[in-house]
Amino acid sequence: MIPAPFSYARPTTVEEALQAIAEGGEDVKVLAGGQSLIPVMRLRLAAPETVVDLGRVDGLRGVRDDGDAIVIGAMTTHSDVLSDPLIAEHAPLIAEATGTVADRQVRHRGTFGGALVHADPAGDLPAVALALDAEFVIVGPGGRRTVPAAEFFVDYLTTAVEEGELLVEVRVPKLAGSWGMRYEKFNRVAQAWSIVAVAAVVRRENGRIAEARVGLTNMGPTPLRARQVEEALAGAEATAEAVAAAAERAAEGTEPSSDLNAQADYRQHLATVLTRRAVTAAAGL
Amino acid sequence: MTPITVRVDGAAYTDDVEPRTLLVHYLREQVGKVGTVVGCDTSNCGACTVHLDGEAVKSCTVLAVQADGCEVTTIEGVGQDGLHPVQKAFHEMHGLQCGYCTPGMIMASIDLLQDNPDPSDDEVREGIEGNLCRCTGYQNIVRAVRSAAAEMRGGGDGNGHVSPAVVDTAAAPHVAVQA
Ligand SMILES: Cc1cc2nc3c(=O)[nH]c(=O)nc-3n(C[C@H](O)[C@H](O)[C@H](O)COP(=O)(O)OP(=O)(O)OC[C@H]3O[C@@H](n4cnc5c(N)ncnc54)[C@H](O)[C@@H]3O)c2cc1C
Ligand code: FES
Ligand code: FES
Repeated sequence: MIPAPFSYARPTTVEEALQAIAEGGEDVKVLAGGQSLIPVMRLRLAAPETVVDLGRVDGLRGVRDDGDAIVIGAMTTHSDVLSDPLIAEHAPLIAEATGTVADRQVRHRGTFGGALVHADPAGDLPAVALALDAEFVIVGPGGRRTVPAAEFFVDYLTTAVEEGELLVEVRVPKLAGSWGMRYEKFNRVAQAWSIVAVAAVVRRENGRIAEARVGLTNMGPTPLRARQVEEALAGAEATAEAVAAAAERAAEGTEPSSDLNAQADYRQHLATVLTRRAVTAAAGL
Repeated sequence: MTPITVRVDGAAYTDDVEPRTLLVHYLREQVGKVGTVVGCDTSNCGACTVHLDGEAVKSCTVLAVQADGCEVTTIEGVGQDGLHPVQKAFHEMHGLQCGYCTPGMIMASIDLLQDNPDPSDDEVREGIEGNLCRCTGYQNIVRAVRSAAAEMRGGGDGNGHVSPAVVDTAAAPHVAVQA
């Protein structure tokens, strides 16, 4: 099918975009890479009155160094992320997870910001942003605000970005030398979407795990932190046994869905296995 | 209606389109580039792959208005003088059966080879993961892409894996019969 008719605006600045959204009527959709929105519009699951295309807002694209953080523009495409030297140096987990997203064609169009605002439970970048304690910079008619990752993912396909607002950039704290990272994903061969995936970020100190952060993909309507695992790992000896014992707790308190790809209990099993693998690799074991 | 100006396979077009027009429909129905096909309704199959400003995209998941001011290359535009090396390799290595996926496979493969001129079998499979083929089982597609890669690197036959398809008859017995 083709999308239902809509009117189309193509602003070149954030201010123009906010104005186009404000003037767009009842049901306005922002178009980033279109790799989630256009399929949904083709299936007529969305039929917005106005589409505001961010494709020509150049200021939203690219990655910059900002002292103790890197700042990723919302319109930076997945393939730009994959070749970005700042991301490779300071947040390689993002590149690792982005490399597993979809396929070359989709990665050429799809954007970092779009994937985060879309907040698909099976999407790979939300759990990564959560594990990295990223911050989301949102602008709207009321000005600019910054939302921590822990408050950004509100519910199924729902984030802190309100109607009339835009995600403009994401700040990712630089995690230097002593941090290791790994994204472990389980998916069907012909479909890139995660059945379950785990993002692990680990800091080692003197043979111990000083700090671990573990993000879970597709273990509930929003990405989750595996807090029990993180607590069990804090201060633990950096051994395979200690990691395996902590990883057993990865599914505690989760309520994953059952669908054509997997039953909930299978997802819970996967979460423990993938957490063990991800933390083991991130800890350099 | 929104006016757009696009270069398609080297020629400039200025047209009025509805904003909801998908690039693939614009290419097929307004420009007449029917070499690009539609195989699904879910952005999965890759049959519609074209290059937009030099990068492979699924033209069923791009609006024609988003291509305004851009350069589009379709399967009809890849061979400047005769067949493109990737087209030639698909032909020689028997990288197709019904041929429906082939335009998209070739466009995705050319894009892959721009980034990685010497991909391994696994890298080819990953590079074309956004393209589905219901016929070939992919074996000869992978062979074709690697053969084209060798040809484009200028290595000719020297690389072992670019020999004719008869070498691997165990995996594709019909090739031996037809060769
Ligand atoms: C075949 C296929 C396979 C895929 N596989 C995967 C996968 O394995 N893993 C994965 O993570 N993803 C996958 N995706 C999704 C892909 O990552 C998309 O790029 C992403 O989900 C959406 O990004 P986009 O830029 O295309 O956003 P769009 O589709 O343009 O927008 C998505 C939503 O976010 C809103 N939005 C976008 N940007 C902003 C902004 N700056 N401010 C406010 N709202 C905004 C839009 O209004 C819309 O509601 C796949 C997609 C396809 C088509
Ligand atoms: S027709 Fe475009 S991906 Fe299937
Ligand atoms: S040759 Fe028939 S779909 Fe690929």
